[in-house]
Amino acid sequence: MSDVLVLVDHVEGQVRKATFEMLTAAARLGEPVAVWVGAGGDAAAEELGRYGATSLLVADDPGLTDYLVAPLAELLADLVAQRSPAAVLVASTNDGKEIAGRLALKTSSGLITDAVDVQPGDGGVRTTQSVFAGNYTVVSQVATGSPVIAVKPNSIPAQETGGSAPAVERVSVQVSEAAKAARITGRTAKEQSGRPALTEAAIVVSGGRGTGGDFGPVEAFADSLGAAVGASRAAVDAGWYPHSHQIGQTGVQVSPQLYVAAGISGAIQHRAGMQTSKTIVAVNKDAEAPIFELVDYGIVGDLFTVLPQATDAVNQRKG
Amino acid sequence: MNIVVCVKYVPDAQADRTFKTDHTTDRETVDGLLSELDEYAVEEALKIVQAGEGEITVLTMGPDDAVAAVKKGLQMGADKGVHVNDVAIAGSDAVATSLVLAKAIEKIGVEGGGVDLVLTGLGSTDGAMSVLPAMLAERLGMPQVTWASELAVEGGMARITRHNEAVTETVEANLPAVVSVTDQINDPRYPSFKGIMAAKKKPVEEWSLADLGVDPSEVGLGASWTSVVSAEARPPRQAGELVTDEGDGGAKLVEFLASRRFA
Repeated sequence: MSDVLVLVDHVEGQVRKATFEMLTAAARLGEPVAVWVGAGGDAAAEELGRYGATSLLVADDPGLTDYLVAPLAELLADLVAQRSPAAVLVASTNDGKEIAGRLALKTSSGLITDAVDVQPGDGGVRTTQSVFAGNYTVVSQVATGSPVIAVKPNSIPAQETGGSAPAVERVSVQVSEAAKAARITGRTAKEQSGRPALTEAAIVVSGGRGTGGDFGPVEAFADSLGAAVGASRAAVDAGWYPHSHQIGQTGVQVSPQLYVAAGISGAIQHRAGMQTSKTIVAVNKDAEAPIFELVDYGIVGDLFTVLPQATDAVNQRKG
Repeated sequence: MNIVVCVKYVPDAQADRTFKTDHTTDRETVDGLLSELDEYAVEEALKIVQAGEGEITVLTMGPDDAVAAVKKGLQMGADKGVHVNDVAIAGSDAVATSLVLAKAIEKIGVEGGGVDLVLTGLGSTDGAMSVLPAMLAERLGMPQVTWASELAVEGGMARITRHNEAVTETVEANLPAVVSVTDQINDPRYPSFKGIMAAKKKPVEEWSLADLGVDPSEVGLGASWTSVVSAEARPPRQAGELVTDEGDGGAKLVEFLASRRFA
């Protein structure tokens, strides 16, 4: 069977859920080969094996991570040339999509971003994407080269295969001077909220203009459900919540099992970022708010009374 | 300082966008406009030039009406425009688009004494792949400096700040470079009446693929390295249940969540 390369998405050695989802998708297409860039690869072998990685290639030259994505694309292009994989999967994050774009050009391969499903098909890999604010479902096929597919996190359920830790093989790449042209000169880790990351969370609770700047009830309800916290553009523009939490076309696009919109009217830009959520709930004082067109369950009411009551009820259920 | 800003003419995201039978975007039934995210790139170019000196060229590719995106950039204050217009480019994917734009940027550089900075938005509001800046950098052999929420251009260098989910990074590169900017970087200006009048006199060159030395077989729907097998409209959502809070809204909400096993 052909290799399917999976670029491991990890933050300082901590493997992100998107990686397990990609390994699950890769197993449908061939032999999942995990590619690890940076330190910590050996420690993660067992975890990667459990989700189906049959081998693990580690590139831990510190030089690879001092630059933006160009060296990673060179490494993957080298591996594609050596192994002619059936596909290369990367996480459809900002960086992942850029790696995919450069890799596609380097290897003359078709490119798909934001894939929400990956399946084998006649004539090659078939991918599914959700476009135009989730109003269309598109199935695509790569016609040329080794398909380069950026897989949207939280789209494909990860499955443990019971595999054991794969053998680790060191790989390296001679990074070109051109790829080193954009240097990372500083890195500051963001303060950890203790909440799940937006793109990985099964539940997202978001606040908008209706919070009036007080995200307390939104955060408390999110914490009762173990959810991530999001915000509408209006709330972010007003300076009430950090931009990194903005849900929408110009922010983060999420597709959780449950999305709760509190005090959010549902402008098209916001809808573009959350419309593919499996279950949608909204709380809004305005019964005419467009968000109610999308909901499975909607409460016309004040979030400052509804959310605290709901938080208490959830906490009571947990006993 | 010669700056090229790449812009895209897109169907209005507020309207119902659809596909044609060949699975390309239907641009006829929906009004088009300058992709909102490109306004931030135009604004940033204006700020750089106003703080020093330089010339801004707004570049787009697309059918006849795509020139409207260039004109909006000129109305905001850019100096001149280039519109690559050729029937063969219809249906081009990101790979082909990056080829055409890279060739056009090279030609702008040859004719204008070099390009120092290529600015783009973080993505378009239609395709939204966000791969074009990286592809342009790859093709042009320029450093890629993307997702800038702050940008300083001085001493022949571009320095940016970018925010990822877990980390904030500072990145620097020598010019010329390809820089993409986010919607956090500035507040784009509205064209003034004076700007709108002045734009009418600004030159917009129209180039064909032949002008760029691009073989038509390398672009367009037929040259795409990917193909769309099907495009289906999502079935309309079933109307959800709507209740009015009468003092028990929170409790009812949790009952619903419990029925779906979320609580």
